[in-house]
Amino acid sequence: MSIMNVNPTRMELKRLQGRLKTASRGYKLLKDKTDEMIRKFIVLARQNKLLREEVETQLADALQSYALARTFSDSRAIDEAVMMPSRSVTLQCGRSSIMGINVPSIEIAESHGDVYPYGFLTVPEQLDNSVNRLNAVFSKMVYLAQVEKTCNMLADEIEKNKRRVNALENIMIPQMQETIKYIKMKLDEDERSSTVRLMKVKDMLAQKQ
Amino acid sequence: MYNKVGVIGDKDSVTALKVVGAEIFNADNAEQARELVKKLSHDKFAVVFITEQLAVQIADTLNKAKSQPFPAIVPIPTSFNSNGFGMDGIKKDVEKALGTDILFNEEDK
Repeated sequence: MSIMNVNPTRMELKRLQGRLKTASRGYKLLKDKTDEMIRKFIVLARQNKLLREEVETQLADALQSYALARTFSDSRAIDEAVMMPSRSVTLQCGRSSIMGINVPSIEIAESHGDVYPYGFLTVPEQLDNSVNRLNAVFSKMVYLAQVEKTCNMLADEIEKNKRRVNALENIMIPQMQETIKYIKMKLDEDERSSTVRLMKVKDMLAQKQ
Repeated sequence: MYNKVGVIGDKDSVTALKVVGAEIFNADNAEQARELVKKLSHDKFAVVFITEQLAVQIADTLNKAKSQPFPAIVPIPTSFNSNGFGMDGIKKDVEKALGTDILFNEEDK
C-alpha cells in the first residue's frame, strides 16, 4: 500500500490520527448499515417473489378469460364494452424510509364506480368473470409495485454502501495507517539524529577545553 | 402528487385493464414504449405497468428509472404467457445486493 503524499510533521500526524479514527468509526457504522439493509432486503425479496408469482398467474388467468370472451362474441363489441370504464382509481402515495432510503409507499386511495361498465345484454359471461378477476388482482398488483420498487432501491443502495465499505476497509484505512507509521518513523529518526548531533557537539566542546 | 396508474402495452393485451380504472397507453414497438415511459415519468403516474414483451426491449430505459421512487415501473405478463422478465428482475436485484443469487437458486433446480 502506498503512503500518502504528506509532510512528515507532528501536525500532519495529529490530523491523520483524527481522520483514521473517524474513518474506522464510519467503517463500522457503514458495515452495520449494510448488514441491516441486507437482512431487510432478503425478507422483501422473498415477499416480492411470492407476490409476483401470485400476480402473474392470476393476471394471466384474468386476461385469458378476457381473450376467451372476445372469441365468444364480437371482439369489437367486447373492446367497446370496456372502452369507457365507469371506475376510476386514485392512489395514495407517500414516502417511507428504510435505513435512510426514501422508498415509496403506494396504496389505493379510492376506486369508486360501478364494477361492470357495460350492459349485461350484449356481452358474454366470460367478460364478467374476467372483470371480477381483474378487480381482485389489481390491489395485489399495486402492492407488488410498491414491494418491487422498494427492492430495487434497496438493492441499489446496498451496492453503493458495499463500495463505500470496501473503499474504507481496503484503501483508505490501510493507507492512513501506513502513512501514520511512516511519519512516526521519520520523526523518531529526526529525534535520534538530533540527539547524536548534540552528543557530538558536546564531545567537541569537551575536547577543546 | 403522484396518484395515477398507467398501463403500456399492445392493444390486445392491455385493453382489459381499463375496467379497473387504469389509464391505457397503446404501444406496438419499443420506440413508442420508450417515449411513453418517458412521458409518464414526467406526468403524475405513481405506478406504470408494462407488458413483458415491451419491457424486454427497453430494459435500459427501465433500469435508469429504477433508482427514483416514482414511477414504479412493473412488468406484467400478457394473456399468452410470461417470458420471465419480471422474475429475472428480482433475480438481478438479489445478485446486485448479495453478489450472487443465494435466495432462489436452489428452488430453480
